[in-house]
Amino acid sequence: MERKRTPLWELHKQHGARLIDFGGWDMPVAYTAGTIKEHKAVRDSVGLFDVSHMGEVYLRGPRVREAVELLTSNAVASAPAGKAVYTLLCRPSGGVVDDCIFYKRSDEEFFVIVNASNTAKDLDWLRDHTRGLCDIDDVSDATALIAVQGPKAVALVDRLAGGTLTSLTSFTFADAVVAGVPCVAARTGYTGEDGFELACASGDAVRLWSALVDNLPDGGLPIGLGARDTLRLESRLPLYGNDLDDDHTPLEAGLGWAVKLDREFLGAQALREQKQRGLSRQLVGFKIADDTRAIARHGYPVVDRSLGAGEAAVIGTVTSGGPGVCVGGAIGLAYVPIASAKPGTQLTIECRGKDIPATVVSGKFYKRAQP
Amino acid sequence: MSDIPSDLRYTNDHEWLRTAGTAWRVGITQFAVNQLGDITIVELPKVGDLVTKGQQFGSIESVKSVSDLLAPVSGRVIAVNEALKDSPEHVNESPYDAGWMIDIEPSDKAELDELMTPAAYTTLVADA
Repeated sequence: MERKRTPLWELHKQHGARLIDFGGWDMPVAYTAGTIKEHKAVRDSVGLFDVSHMGEVYLRGPRVREAVELLTSNAVASAPAGKAVYTLLCRPSGGVVDDCIFYKRSDEEFFVIVNASNTAKDLDWLRDHTRGLCDIDDVSDATALIAVQGPKAVALVDRLAGGTLTSLTSFTFADAVVAGVPCVAARTGYTGEDGFELACASGDAVRLWSALVDNLPDGGLPIGLGARDTLRLESRLPLYGNDLDDDHTPLEAGLGWAVKLDREFLGAQALREQKQRGLSRQLVGFKIADDTRAIARHGYPVVDRSLGAGEAAVIGTVTSGGPGVCVGGAIGLAYVPIASAKPGTQLTIECRGKDIPATVVSGKFYKRAQP
Repeated sequence: MSDIPSDLRYTNDHEWLRTAGTAWRVGITQFAVNQLGDITIVELPKVGDLVTKGQQFGSIESVKSVSDLLAPVSGRVIAVNEALKDSPEHVNESPYDAGWMIDIEPSDKAELDELMTPAAYTTLVADA
């Protein structure tokens, strides 16, 4: 099947990006600098990401708040206008349909950005569960999304917006004009760094991207999906399809902060019951020491050899793993039994036939210095 | 597009070989490096280990993936590039020189005749 292209595809080709299939999209996995240099550029300076493959949807109507209240685990409907809220869409079982950000424009209008690989599934889910309470307007094809992330990101975007964006705080957004291009500018991101995500019309994407590239400060780079993954993992941000799925609940994934159980929403009952029963497994962060020289990747089993041979020893599964580019060694996330979830617990992960020691760690692997 | 030195031999698995006295030096090609992206771990055998053509002799991990390294010929490992332990980036930066992996003393010289010429490898990569 022909892979889909973002409006910036031609530019990526010209700049020597290595393109790969990502959920049916032909996307840059790295540019000429390579993943490690790109990762460090975002930590030290600023990086530009084409994330136009993500889905964008408007929910509108006089009763849209009722629909949003029903669908979202977090307190989205009651948020003030201008606020961006991270939330899960849950199944009645408590499993996760998707994680996404809702942008409340007004009591009658919400903008939603969903994962690229889930766009079709999410649209079906929204249509099936909004019960006709709102209009659903899929603007994914007409919308480009560019993330600008890193310690120098805010200054870069703000300058191109004529200084109009300084007042935007974390997880707020506003309509803005950046380099002459009308955008929704949100102080959000998926790297653990400060920055903006800019949604604009597909036809304006090349102009906006080029203006950002032309104004990049020293050390700034375009960034591929390879570094997007190592950055989000280092900041312990979950990835749907790896760390989140239909079979694990947000409580198990450690996202209880985005689940407000004093409300009624799809999955609330199951999640309240799970909370009352207590969790039997949990998503934990783990580190593998630098001198071990091993990376535990998605799908590798967590084992306890005292339980027996073969399958009997498997107690959990790695959901994400990779090099800790700025923190050293290898890092990852794994679902393990609650008894093995305490920070400091020694885990054994079978990496391609070899037992590798790992240590459970709490919190983000990488914490950015507060300005 | 890929750099394919004319004084080397090649394999289907994107490895190169260079004759070095009685031994053959082994590494991976620029094409392989381009496909892998940034390399973070190179696991190699010990000096004295025996390797068998087509069998795994080590592994190479990039940021995103892990691949087996397959022996291009059978024989004994007589040298290992220990520098890759701390500096796997040599493979990215200099795949045909500083990024070399092992020297093999071949046990069956006939296997060397089965390696690809630069011209044949150029065709292989062009079709990839």
